[in-house]
Amino acid sequence: MVTRTESFRVLWNRTMEEAMLIGVDSIVIVSIVSAFIGAVTCVQIAYNLTNPLIPQSTIGFMVREMTILELAPTITSIVLAGKVGSSIAGGLGTMRITEQVSALEVMGINSTSYLVLPRIIAALLMFPLLVILAMMLSMVGGFLAGTLTGVMTSQDYIEGIRTDFIPYNILFALIKAVVFAFLVSGISAFKGYYTTGGALEVGAASTGAVTNSIIAILLADFALAALLL
Amino acid sequence: MIEVSNIEKSFDGTPVLKGISCVFETGKCNLLLGGSGTGKSVLLQCIVGLMKPDIGSITFDGTIYTNSKVDIRQEIRRKIGMLFQGSALFDSMTVAQNVEFPLQMLTPEMTPEERRDRVEFCLKRVGLENAGNKMPAEISGGMKKRVGIARAIAPQCTYLFCDEPNSGLDPATSIKIDQLIHEITHEYDITTVIVTHDMNSVIEIGEHIIFLHQGKKLWDGTKEEILNATVPELRDFIFSSSLVRAAKRIDDETEGGIAAFAEEGDAGAGI
Repeated sequence: MVTRTESFRVLWNRTMEEAMLIGVDSIVIVSIVSAFIGAVTCVQIAYNLTNPLIPQSTIGFMVREMTILELAPTITSIVLAGKVGSSIAGGLGTMRITEQVSALEVMGINSTSYLVLPRIIAALLMFPLLVILAMMLSMVGGFLAGTLTGVMTSQDYIEGIRTDFIPYNILFALIKAVVFAFLVSGISAFKGYYTTGGALEVGAASTGAVTNSIIAILLADFALAALLL
Repeated sequence: MIEVSNIEKSFDGTPVLKGISCVFETGKCNLLLGGSGTGKSVLLQCIVGLMKPDIGSITFDGTIYTNSKVDIRQEIRRKIGMLFQGSALFDSMTVAQNVEFPLQMLTPEMTPEERRDRVEFCLKRVGLENAGNKMPAEISGGMKKRVGIARAIAPQCTYLFCDEPNSGLDPATSIKIDQLIHEITHEYDITTVIVTHDMNSVIEIGEHIIFLHQGKKLWDGTKEEILNATVPELRDFIFSSSLVRAAKRIDDETEGGIAAFAEEGDAGAGI
């Protein structure tokens, strides 16, 4: 896949095409999911924090910590495993069973470098950007939920999300995003590229890609937390 | 010219090709004929490099293809055009983009204008000059085959491989596709290999026919010779068609009438 690639121009164009499909086309779903996760997190923390000795700003602090460290990278990647993973596996699987992959090979084009490598690079580029978006929107969602439902003031929330900020947590979340991107794109591409049979097998490859990617994300999530925190 | 020497291929211990040797001549329509499951498509895939034979060698115009270095294989592959059974058009691209694709990938030195001219020429050559903006899903099976042929000849291939070009087509469209392949073979003096089990194609364009049965080559010759072949398996195969039985009867009654029939096929190919 990487030893006999196509020209840089071809690789760049293909990567940008895939980045549009993986990144830009996922903005809406990631935005909706992350905003609601932030909102629900805020409301549920407020519901559990009944002790009057604990300041209200703690809610904002906990929303920030939970979204940056866990919810934004992991939930976003799981959502993308469903959307992007099934798309990659289904697309490659269909190309395989309709002989489009063979057509590329016969033309002397390295099908893995043309079809798989751009998808993996695009995922590695787009997942961290989507995770950054998810982090921001989760905190905005928490802010809106907290202030609109009246559980806390906007000053308390902003004070909370600015308290004891550790920049390394952002780096940790981005490392997780890159690892999850590689797992989702790699597993999905493998499942799709090696599909044999017909339409039924393409569906099975898509399902397998999503389930295996999610399991891999959860295992990697634990491993990275144990190693890097 | 393509030379196939003693090719053997097995799947899970089951032999599919059993020591096949043959020569595909330049400027001729070479037909790989045989029933289903006789190894025609496997042999074709071994020749184009989609499968690796267990034993044997394949030579393209004197250059050994099997077990050669990647660079040499790539060089030969770039001279190969292939029409797949299901056409294998890229369904995310228009017809014109499908034909332009190999030019973009294989001939980066061409300017966009040159590529556009070549695409227009190839589409016109296959009679689809007005279908360039259509998506593969919007055209018929016969048109897809013609787009497949246009895509195969776009980079000026030296070798053309067709895997059952008539599958799923009506007889009239099948004849048109056969004639197009025949014309292109002679026009550009390319080595064409066609996998088929269609006796109409044999009579229409079979200039050199190789008959496979249970993974072995049992006979080779021309369309004029095939009706008088004495190999029992070949006779069973060709005379299973009532059309060919009728043709044979005419041949016997008119003492060589089938030759005229075959010549008529040649004349038709020139239309």
